[in-house]
Amino acid sequence: MLIFVLRRIGVMILTALVLTFVVFYLTNLPPNLEKLAKSEASARMTDAQVDSWLASNGFAQSTLVRYGEWLGVLPGWTGTTADGKATGRCLNRIPAGQTPPSYCGVLQGNWGWSTVFKQPVSEVLARSLGHTGWLMLWVMIVMVPTSLILGVLSGMREGSRTDRVLSTFAIATTATPEYVSGVIFIALFASATAGISPWLNEMGWIEGKTLFQGTATSAMNGLTFWNFGLPVMTIALYGIGYIARMTRASMTEVMTQQYIRTARLKGVPFRTVVMKHALRNALIAPFTVIMLQFPWLLNGVVIVETLFNYKGFGWTLVQAAGNNDINMLLACSVVAVFVVLVTQLISDIGYVFLNPRIRLA
Amino acid sequence: MENLSWTGATGPFLVPVITIAAVVLAVAVAGRILVSLAAWATGTAAQTASGPVLMARPRGLGRTLDLVAQVAIGLILLAILLIALAGFILPVQSKGIIGWATLRFWPVWAALIVTFTLSIRFKRRLGLYGKLMDSPVGMVGLGIVLFWVFTAIFASAIITQDPLGQLSGMKNVMPGSVVKNPTEGAFAWYLFGGDHLARDVFSRMVMGAQRVLQIAPAATVFAFMVGVTLGLPAGYFGGKLDTLLSFLANLVLAFPVILLFYLLVTPEMVQTGIPMYFAAVLFLFPVIFFAVLFNSRFKTNPPRRNLYVGVTLLLGLWAYTGLAFNADPIRYLIGRPIFSMDPNMLNVFVSVVFVNSPGVFRIVRGLVMDIKARDYVAAGQTRGESPWYIMLWEILPNARGPLIVDFCLRIGYTTILLGTLGFFGLGVSPESPDWGSTINAGRKLLSMFPHPAVVPAVALMSLVLGLNLLADGLREESLKD
Repeated sequence: MLIFVLRRIGVMILTALVLTFVVFYLTNLPPNLEKLAKSEASARMTDAQVDSWLASNGFAQSTLVRYGEWLGVLPGWTGTTADGKATGRCLNRIPAGQTPPSYCGVLQGNWGWSTVFKQPVSEVLARSLGHTGWLMLWVMIVMVPTSLILGVLSGMREGSRTDRVLSTFAIATTATPEYVSGVIFIALFASATAGISPWLNEMGWIEGKTLFQGTATSAMNGLTFWNFGLPVMTIALYGIGYIARMTRASMTEVMTQQYIRTARLKGVPFRTVVMKHALRNALIAPFTVIMLQFPWLLNGVVIVETLFNYKGFGWTLVQAAGNNDINMLLACSVVAVFVVLVTQLISDIGYVFLNPRIRLA
Repeated sequence: MENLSWTGATGPFLVPVITIAAVVLAVAVAGRILVSLAAWATGTAAQTASGPVLMARPRGLGRTLDLVAQVAIGLILLAILLIALAGFILPVQSKGIIGWATLRFWPVWAALIVTFTLSIRFKRRLGLYGKLMDSPVGMVGLGIVLFWVFTAIFASAIITQDPLGQLSGMKNVMPGSVVKNPTEGAFAWYLFGGDHLARDVFSRMVMGAQRVLQIAPAATVFAFMVGVTLGLPAGYFGGKLDTLLSFLANLVLAFPVILLFYLLVTPEMVQTGIPMYFAAVLFLFPVIFFAVLFNSRFKTNPPRRNLYVGVTLLLGLWAYTGLAFNADPIRYLIGRPIFSMDPNMLNVFVSVVFVNSPGVFRIVRGLVMDIKARDYVAAGQTRGESPWYIMLWEILPNARGPLIVDFCLRIGYTTILLGTLGFFGLGVSPESPDWGSTINAGRKLLSMFPHPAVVPAVALMSLVLGLNLLADGLREESLKD
C-alpha cells in the first residue's frame, strides 16, 4: 500500500512539473510576452523598445532558465535599470534594509506578482479559493445526496416507471452544460420580464422584482439562498445526472446478485433488502465517480463564476488568462492540476479501502 | 401587419386545454408518488416478481392515477401538435409563432418523414441502425439528431431573415415582432425576436446549427482516428510504449479543459504557428490509419495493396498539405485550393481534437486489452498473422459496439466544448452565429431580454440530448446481440 501511494505521488509530481512547464512555455511565447510588455509599459512601443523592456525585466533568458527561477531551483535574475538601480526577481517588494534571498520561487513560497490584480498572487489566490470553497461545499451538499438517492431509487427496480422517469431526467441533465442551464435558470427565476418572477411579483408573493438574484456578487459578503441558489443549482445539476447514472448502474448490478435473491427468497422485506444488503455494496463505485467528478466541477466553476460574476477561482482564472497574467495563470494551473491529481489518488485509495475484494500487497 | 402571438388563432381554444391538462397531470403525479410512498412504508410494494428482479405492479388507486397522467400527457402533446400543424393550414395573419416556425421547417419534416418511413420499412436489412427502430429511446434520439442535421442541410431555405443583417428598430424586440419598414417580399416578422444588434434570433439559431454540425462530427472523427491509431498498439503490445502513451494521455486529461483552451485558442497562438504544428501531427493519423489498414489487409496481394495504399497516400497527403499547412498543391494549378482551412478555425478544430483524443485512446486501449485475451486472437497469432492485421481487422471490428456508443456521446461532448469556446469568446468571430457565442452575446442582457440567449441554449441542449438518447438506444440494442 505504502509503495503504491509513494509511486502514485511520484507520478503526480512528475505530471505537475510537466504541466506547469507547458503552461509556462505557452504563456511565455514571444507574442504573449510582447502583449505583456505593451500592456505593462506602453501600448505604442516599437519592437526595439519591447525587446529592451523584456531584457530589463528578466525575460531575456531562455524559457527553461526562467522556469527554474519560477520554481525556485535556480537563482533569480538580477540586473540594473537604465538609471543604475539594481533590479531583480527577488529584489522587488522586499522591505528596505533586508538582504534579498538569491532563490525566490514557488518552492520558497513566493508565487510572484499578479499583473492584473496588482497584488501578490498568493493573496489573490487565497481569497478566490476561499470564495470557491464555499461554492464547492454547497454544490457537494446538494449534489451528492440528491444524485445518490436518485440513482438508488432508479436502480432499485430496473425498468420500472420510476426508473424510466429518473433515467430520462439524468440523461437530460448530462446533456445540459452549465452555460445552458445557467442561462435557462436565470431566464426562469431571475428575470424581471420572463419566467415566473413577474407573475410572483404580481401576486404579491415576493418583495423584489425577481425571485432569485441573477448575479452572485453579493454572495461574497454574505451567502443567502436567494443569491447563491442559482449558481449552486447550475453546477450541481450537470453532476447530478452523471453520478445518478453511475449509481443506478452499480445498484442494478448489485440487485441481480445471488445474495439479494437469497435474501428475498428467505422472505426478507424488499425495504430491508435494499437498505441492509444492497446499499452498501452499491455505493462503492459512486464514491470513485464523485471523486473523479472534481475536475469536471472545476470546469463548471469557471463557467458559473463567469456567468454569475462571482469572484472565485474560476473568475480569477478567466481574468488571468484573458490578460496573460503569467504568474497568476501558473498558480491557477498548479491549483487545478493539484486538485485533479489528489482526487485521483484519493479515489484510488478509497476504492481499495471500501472494496473488500481488492487488497494491494 | 401586427405582432404575432405564440399560438395564433388556435390559442384561445387550445391554451386552456393545455393548462387544465397540466394541472391534472401535476396532481396525478403527486398523488402517484404519495401512493407509492404509502405502499413502500407499509411494505406492500413489489409482491410480484417478474423479470430478473422485483417489479412493482401498480394496482387500485395507483393504476387509476397512472391512467389519468397518461391521458393528460396525451392531451398536452395533441394540443401542441395541433398548434404546430395550424401553421400549415391557417391564413397568414392567424398563424402563431409556433405555427410559423413549424411551417418554416417544412423541408426538415419532409426529410424526417422520408427517412423514418424508409428506415422502418427496411429495418431488418439495416443491421444495428435498423435495430434502433425497435427502441423508442433510440428513435427519439435519432429523430432529434436528424432534425438538426436536416436543419443544417436546408438552413438556407429555412431562415426567414439574413442572419447577419441588422434591421433598424428591431433591437432586443420580443418574439413575434413585426419588422418595421419591411422590404417588399421579405418575411414580415422576427419569429424568435431580435438580439442586441437587432439581428433575427431564429435565423441565427438555424445557421448556428450549420456551424456546429460542420465542426463537431469532423473533430470527433479526427479524435477517433488519433485515439484508435495510438490506443490499438498501446493495448496490444503493452510494455514501455503503453506506459509512455498512457502517461501522455493522463497528462492531457489532467489539464483543466478551459485553461488549455485559454492558452491554445488565442490570436497570439495563431501568430506563433503552434496550431499548425499540432495539425501537422494530429492530421497525419488518419492517413497513417488508412494506409496501415489497407497494407495489413492486402499484403499478400501486392498489386491491390499498391493501388489502395497508393490512393490513400495520394488523397490523404493532398488533403493533409491543404488542411494542415494551407498549401494545397492544386492551388498552383487552378488558382484556388480545394482543401483549406481558415487559421482560426484550424486552431479551434485542432484544440478540440487534442482535448478529445486521450479519452478515445483510453477507451480503445481498455477494449483491446480485454479482447486480446480471446481465443480468436490467439488463433490469428498462431496462423502467423501480422500484429497490425490482428489489431485492425480482428480486434477493432469486435470493439465496434462500445466505440459507436462512445462516438455518439463524444459528438455531444464536442458540441458542448465548442459551445464553451464560444461562451468565452475564444477563436470565433463575433459575427459567427454559432450557439456558444450567441449565448455569450445574449447573457449580458439576460435578465431583461432572455430570448436571444435562451433560444440557442435550448437548441444546443436538444442536440446534445438527442445524441445522448441515441447513444443510449444504441447501447441497449447492441447489448441484445
